[in-house]
Amino acid sequence: MQDRRARENEWSQLMRAAISGDGVAYQRLLNDLSRVLRASVRRGLGGSDLPASDAEDVVQEVVLAIHLKRHTWDQSKPIGPWIMAITRNKMIDEIRRRGRRTEVPIEGMLEFLEAGGQDDAMHAYDAGRVLNGLKGKNREIVQAIAIDGHTAKDVADRMGMTEVAVRVSLHRSLKTLSDTYQEKPAT
Amino acid sequence: MKTDDLIRAVVADNASVKAPISRTLWLALGAGLVLAMAHFFSLLGVRSDFAHAITHDPRFMFKFVFTLGLAIPAALLVLRLARPDGAAGWTKWFLMLPPLLLAGAIILEMQAVPSDHWAVSAFGSMPVACMKYIPILSVAPFAAILYALRQGAPAHPAAAGAAAGLLSGAIGAALYATFCVDDSPMFLAIWYVAGITIVSALGALVGSRLLKW
Repeated sequence: MQDRRARENEWSQLMRAAISGDGVAYQRLLNDLSRVLRASVRRGLGGSDLPASDAEDVVQEVVLAIHLKRHTWDQSKPIGPWIMAITRNKMIDEIRRRGRRTEVPIEGMLEFLEAGGQDDAMHAYDAGRVLNGLKGKNREIVQAIAIDGHTAKDVADRMGMTEVAVRVSLHRSLKTLSDTYQEKPAT
Repeated sequence: MKTDDLIRAVVADNASVKAPISRTLWLALGAGLVLAMAHFFSLLGVRSDFAHAITHDPRFMFKFVFTLGLAIPAALLVLRLARPDGAAGWTKWFLMLPPLLLAGAIILEMQAVPSDHWAVSAFGSMPVACMKYIPILSVAPFAAILYALRQGAPAHPAAAGAAAGLLSGAIGAALYATFCVDDSPMFLAIWYVAGITIVSALGALVGSRLLKW
């Protein structure tokens, strides 16, 4: 219990810092979060015999939703319930897409913040099909920043664009990726 | 793309943060109100004895107690339901207050007006116009609030849409009340409530389609 509160407080602080522009805090928050999310999403989906790669898709979807909707977190409140609500929402979406009964154990979710960061190979799992939703320059930009680790400025110089244009493209691509998940057909 | 790659892309997009959702919603509500008022004055305008009625006629005043009594908790409800972790909470109890007051007002009306006159009170002079204009006047605020809600992340899209419909319907009803000459609480309970209900139901329908995220 104490652990969970301490972790939530740390996350709240990191997110506050991130929202006011601290990229290092944001990176730390998302790394930490994705580890915990991975464990809890797998536990949550465990009962519905989904492959682990699908759990990783949900983790990515949650990371994107946290990013694109971070202005809906009320900074005067703890961040835990907000993250939990987003995670639950995306897990239910995933199960619905598969036409299974919606059965996300909410009680189990409440403890997810206590879950340790079980590190395993899944963080390296390649959800490659998602990137296919992007085309042309947009895809090139996401690839250069996400996979090759270039900065927006580098990419701008290399592609002969302004830095602002690169940032706009990146933001639009992240939105597209988030929508791509939603439209993902059941396989 | 690996999750770590995605995180790198997300961090690079850190500067894109939007204004807090509550601010966006208040701005949208303000814009919606201004637009609805402009719409109202271009279509109808206040009734000729408005200044006298608003200060002297308790039945006329009650129309605003009812409509604004719905609009205020509906606005708080929209603010709450715009978030993924939002729940109606205590706002739903405040929403029950206007219907209770209306029931009380009807009982008083029944005592003040002889029973052979009740039908006249309930149907008033322009019942259909009321049901027509409340939805028409709620279009602008609904569009503004819906736009703002789309920036949010409502856990329950249909509920958030219904709350937006209730708020816009109550705004439309409050505006229409300044024009309408039918002041009986019985009239209010039928025709105003019908108009507001139509907008809320449409709100739920639109919300369930447009507010997923």
